[in-house]
Amino acid sequence: MMDYFYASGIRGACRLTLGALVVAFTCSGALAEDNPRDPYEAFNRPMFAVNEAIDKYAAKPVAQVYDNAVPLPVKASVGNFFGNAGDLWVGVNSALQGKFGDAGVDLGRLLINSTVGIFGLFDVASELGLERHDEDFGQTLAVWGVDGGGYLFWPVIGPRNVRDTVGFAVGTYADPVMYVRPVSVRNSMAALRFVDVRASLLPSDKVVEEAALDKYAYIRDAYLQRRRSQIFDGRPPRLDD
Amino acid sequence: MMKKLLTLFFFGFVASAAYAQEAPDVLVQRVTDDVLEIIRKDKEIQNGDTHKVIDLVDKKVLPHFNFSHMTALALGKEWRKASPQQQQQLTSEFKTLLVRTYANALTGYKNQKVVYKPTKMAPADADVLVRTEVLQPGSKPVQLDYSLEKLESGWKVYDVVVAGISLVTNYRDQFGQEVRNGGIDGLIASVAAKNKSLEASAKK
Repeated sequence: MMDYFYASGIRGACRLTLGALVVAFTCSGALAEDNPRDPYEAFNRPMFAVNEAIDKYAAKPVAQVYDNAVPLPVKASVGNFFGNAGDLWVGVNSALQGKFGDAGVDLGRLLINSTVGIFGLFDVASELGLERHDEDFGQTLAVWGVDGGGYLFWPVIGPRNVRDTVGFAVGTYADPVMYVRPVSVRNSMAALRFVDVRASLLPSDKVVEEAALDKYAYIRDAYLQRRRSQIFDGRPPRLDD
Repeated sequence: MMKKLLTLFFFGFVASAAYAQEAPDVLVQRVTDDVLEIIRKDKEIQNGDTHKVIDLVDKKVLPHFNFSHMTALALGKEWRKASPQQQQQLTSEFKTLLVRTYANALTGYKNQKVVYKPTKMAPADADVLVRTEVLQPGSKPVQLDYSLEKLESGWKVYDVVVAGISLVTNYRDQFGQEVRNGGIDGLIASVAAKNKSLEASAKK
């Protein structure tokens, strides 16, 4: 559900993010709330509302048009292409976390899909049993013992605690799409990726809308659970109830 | 006549005993395959017929769920402070909400494929995690895990975890907030109101 927020790799947004982060911290004393899992709630809720508006009037309608107009094989190829472009960074993060076997698989995936898979349009590696891993720099920081910091909600890039905000910022520098030139092509690619990921989340929209008593809290808690699971590679230790 | 009835009764008994002994991973796979097979053939469900899919979930899926355990898990410590009647009311409302959510997720089912991961379990285990993975072209696989517990009536699901997100404990904070605002009764009223508004919008 949250992966859509990885989609936009726009560095401008990222700078904006870091600027806002500083603001969030300087105000944090005044924003203290009673929920220890969400110390910046007073900052996050308005940001969430802004994002809801952006999504409702821009991101979602575009994603719906894309989803209806583009045939499934093309959508799959678009997803595969950007997945392939991200596999190098996934591999680097596997290695940084000491998972060298996984890193080898990630590199193998990149090589196979970029060649046999025609520039990543086809995920041949998965067919061959080389499983795609889910790694990013935020997870690497977590494995290294960096504390999550408070939960934050950013417009456009979505929910990210302080650690993941930093991880995301570093990740944009390792994003091959950001080095595509001319700039107009780069921007089109970044936009396409954003729309593709947003479109893949359309089915879960209704579920969240219907399931949540408080959509903001539902998404926050889903994000917190999801990240915890990712950090432990899908096998988090059980919490006592 | 009596003999026939007895035979029928006997066979019914044997059949249900066989179900009760069905291993949890086998159960999950059987029910999932069963339900997906029906959805694959049903154009109305694919087009989002909420009532029809809820009907399907009611018949095929619900008998294998332990909703009072789910509700207790969602509520956390407050569960023990609730009266039996409150527990029953909340369970019933929460069940309605979860069923609708789960059912609607099923109407979004299109080209996905479900892969069953091997289940680690000892014969004496009474609590087991069954792991599956949903594959869809162009996307990362999504983990879909079920926690099951062994009861006298067979293995029952008490938690569903999608991509690391428990659909049950994800309510913990929201429920806690409602209880702080209006007590257990306030929470029951909120979930009931949510169900009513969903029911009303489904009728439109």
